[in-house]
Amino acid sequence: MTATVEAKTEGTEGKVGAVPTFTVTLRIARYDPEVDSEQHWESYQVTAHATDRVLDALHQIKWEQDGSLSFRRSCAHGVCGSDAMRINGKNRLACKTLIKDVNPDKPITVEPIKGLPVEKDLIVDMEPFFDAYREVMPFLITTGNEPTRERIQSQQDRDRFDDTTKCILCAACTTSCPVFWNDGQYFGPAAIVNAHRFIFDSRDEGGSQRLEVLNDKEGVWRCRTTFNCTDACPRGIQVTQAIQEVKRALLTSRF
Amino acid sequence: MQTHKYDVVIVGAGGAGMRAALESSTRTRTAVLTKLYPTRSHTGAAQGGMCAALANVEEDNWEWHTFDTVKGGDYLVDQDAAEIMCREAIDAVIDLEKMGLPFNRTPEGKIDQRRFGGHTRNHGEAAVRRSCFAADRTGHMILQTLYQNCVKQGVEFFNEFYVLDLLMNTGADGVEHAAGVVAYELATGEIHVFQAKSVVFATGGTGKVFKTTSNAHTLTGDGMGVAFRRGIPLEDMEFFQFHPTGLAGLGILLSEAARGEGGILRNADGERFMERYAPTIKDLAPRDIVARSMANEVREGRGAGPNKDYVLLDLTHLEPAHIDAKLPDITEFARTYLGVEPYTEPVPVYPTAHYAMGGVPTNVETEVLRNNTDVVPGLYAAGEVACVSVHGSNRLGTNSLLDINVFGRRAGIAAAEYAANAAWVELPSNPASLVDGMVEGIRGRESGERVADLRRELQETMDRNVQVFRTEGSMKEALGVIDELKERYANVVVQDKGRRYNTDLLEAVELGFLIELAEVITLGALARKESRGGHFREDYEARDDVNFMRHTMAYRAPLAGEGFGAESALFADEVRLDYKPVTVTRYQPMERKY
Ligand SMILES: Cc1cc2nc3c(=O)[nH]c(=O)nc-3n(C[C@H](O)[C@H](O)[C@H](O)COP(=O)(O)OP(=O)(O)OC[C@H]3O[C@@H](n4cnc5c(N)ncnc54)[C@H](O)[C@@H]3O)c2cc1C
Ligand code: SF4
Ligand code: FES
Repeated sequence: MTATVEAKTEGTEGKVGAVPTFTVTLRIARYDPEVDSEQHWESYQVTAHATDRVLDALHQIKWEQDGSLSFRRSCAHGVCGSDAMRINGKNRLACKTLIKDVNPDKPITVEPIKGLPVEKDLIVDMEPFFDAYREVMPFLITTGNEPTRERIQSQQDRDRFDDTTKCILCAACTTSCPVFWNDGQYFGPAAIVNAHRFIFDSRDEGGSQRLEVLNDKEGVWRCRTTFNCTDACPRGIQVTQAIQEVKRALLTSRF
Repeated sequence: MQTHKYDVVIVGAGGAGMRAALESSTRTRTAVLTKLYPTRSHTGAAQGGMCAALANVEEDNWEWHTFDTVKGGDYLVDQDAAEIMCREAIDAVIDLEKMGLPFNRTPEGKIDQRRFGGHTRNHGEAAVRRSCFAADRTGHMILQTLYQNCVKQGVEFFNEFYVLDLLMNTGADGVEHAAGVVAYELATGEIHVFQAKSVVFATGGTGKVFKTTSNAHTLTGDGMGVAFRRGIPLEDMEFFQFHPTGLAGLGILLSEAARGEGGILRNADGERFMERYAPTIKDLAPRDIVARSMANEVREGRGAGPNKDYVLLDLTHLEPAHIDAKLPDITEFARTYLGVEPYTEPVPVYPTAHYAMGGVPTNVETEVLRNNTDVVPGLYAAGEVACVSVHGSNRLGTNSLLDINVFGRRAGIAAAEYAANAAWVELPSNPASLVDGMVEGIRGRESGERVADLRRELQETMDRNVQVFRTEGSMKEALGVIDELKERYANVVVQDKGRRYNTDLLEAVELGFLIELAEVITLGALARKESRGGHFREDYEARDDVNFMRHTMAYRAPLAGEGFGAESALFADEVRLDYKPVTVTRYQPMERKY
């Protein structure tokens, strides 16, 4: 199926006011546990606008063609982490991926993220992912008496872990990691990112406990620095760098 | 069907629900039921900040904050509640910091604060720096921090459980009490009955009544709808906030922080038009005023773009480094979704449906009211689903993140303390019958109309007729459409007949709540023959304190559970409107000028 551009105004593509539409084909990996013994592909055609996201196309299919197509979504603008999926072989958020940016001339493939059990269509079981997250103690650990007012922290110290506070737990990184695909016990990048967020917070005193967890055989040392995670992160977090910093902290016990 | 028993059941795991859970779970056995994974809740979308008179960067006090809240709400605020919120704000922010929230810092390392619409020094003298923030993802950091602390405390969550009914029964005192809830488990399609001594509703807002909205797809007013169907009134539903700066055509929000940091609204001629509408605080006037001014510019032909249907948010005079430090996410939205570079180009914006000021009526202890004075023992509500009322007819920016923390905390404590002393109330017989009938009625239907078609018609009529400008004629038109949709709803069909992850079915159920609430919003707006805060009537442009300085209370006949199903009507024939006095303590109504 070739995309046919019906009305495209030169130079204003993607801007408000201009409404070019085109037809695009989506190839979606479908699986209904109540009926199917295995995953299979289905193709759908939708009419898209220049500002449409892959999520809009999925909605169009669900709302106008096949109501049984199942996927998670909520915020629709890349902040809640519900709709990570494999789009043309890359992990992305469907709501943050503009159709025009993923080569709509060819069918766009959409599959569930890899490495977590598929429950139905694009929905996977997120529990193993959240289990790994919970294991790194993703909360502030402090000792001693609490101050009456806020703790003092310099903006510089605050900036030290700014990048990893952006995580929305979408699992795009973890499920793009070849180590995780081969060994589901590996904590995965997202858990390490969230450990980093606290290890490098000057207010936190739980660093050594957390580093002990991460030093485990399923911990940071499994990372082979393939950078898939960094490419996949829809929040632009320097995931690989965060993992490297945690490794360094383990070696030097300095953080 | 499975049955569970907890002292406290909290419905919703956004900011309000998790703040409540942190209190309740340390005191008594608590379950949190949520239709989304907690971290997917829409609190995470909040950007700008949370106000508290910490006075970290300039002189400030909670009384000024209270005044701004009352005035911002156009005097429909219950002043006792506003006072509590603004006083407890300071501890609420400090508590979050202690829980680990990474606030931006001042040079001395204290929590930094910035300006926000309607927040002023000394009763309106000038804008004040009151909003505490973490870049432009304050809500994200609140949601993450609360979830992190729930993990720390081992709070028990039931994720992807949709609560579709509230159970009530007569207690030993002869009064109707909360007895539990009925939930539908997304993964399995199984129905679960939760018996509880206290039930806390924290289900958030209902922005999906409108087409253009900053709200998530999942904000379908479930909690308000469930309570209303069980005979609990809804308060002030006609007051809906339209946020001035949604991305044009999409509704995605660009926080008011953009203007707090110096952004300017301009019309097609490049004019800073807010100077004409609010000479003192200009672009930082309260949202209802800015949204109407924008809509007016467009109506009078000064809109920008090929169709002249939006205005421009200009950040181009700000340093790119400043934008990156303070507004990284929202400028990214403009780039991703409209292909506009905010460093060099102004961003197309138009008002977007944003926040429900109304909701389930509660007192300051978060106990739900069954009428103007009496509570439903064991039933609590907090957050956007509730109406305390601290926002009156127009919520000030940053006051909702504050509301969910202050009243979420109060709800958790009150619900747990009540449960500690209360006796169990028996479950009604056949507790799951209503949900069963509703769900199986929809699933079993073989042919009919699509959910998406009805929903689109509803949202389009609400955008066209009940938005920033309202008239008797426009609202009657909307009611005509809603009436029709109520009938057609009995005929909606879903294609997915399965049990596992049947989101098709749940969208149909959610549509029922939207239709129900759209009617209440519109009826309240039609009866309110005045303009106040977020509610603007072109046929009654002035505020009318003599006749309308009072809260609207909407009632319907409660559903009878037994035998409810495909054949019997879900919607009431009639919604009755009544009124409740506003609590005034210090501030007598004045004209609202900025
Ligand atoms: C884009 C945006 C930006 C905002 N920015 C700000 C800001 O800067 N400052 C500010 O003060 N306010 C802001 N607000 C408003 C504020 O974020 C919300 O009003 C507030 O977060 C609502 O919190 P809540 O806990 O009441 O509801 P939510 O966070 O919406 O949570 C609702 C919860 O209820 C659950 N739920 C719903 N229905 C059911 C059901 N049937 N069964 C089970 N569970 C259910 C959901 O799963 C969810 O966990 C913003 C809002 C938006 C949309
Ligand atoms: S680090 Fe990025 S990709 Fe990984 S879970 Fe967090 S937001 Fe998603
Ligand atoms: S729907 Fe929220 S991140 Fe995509």
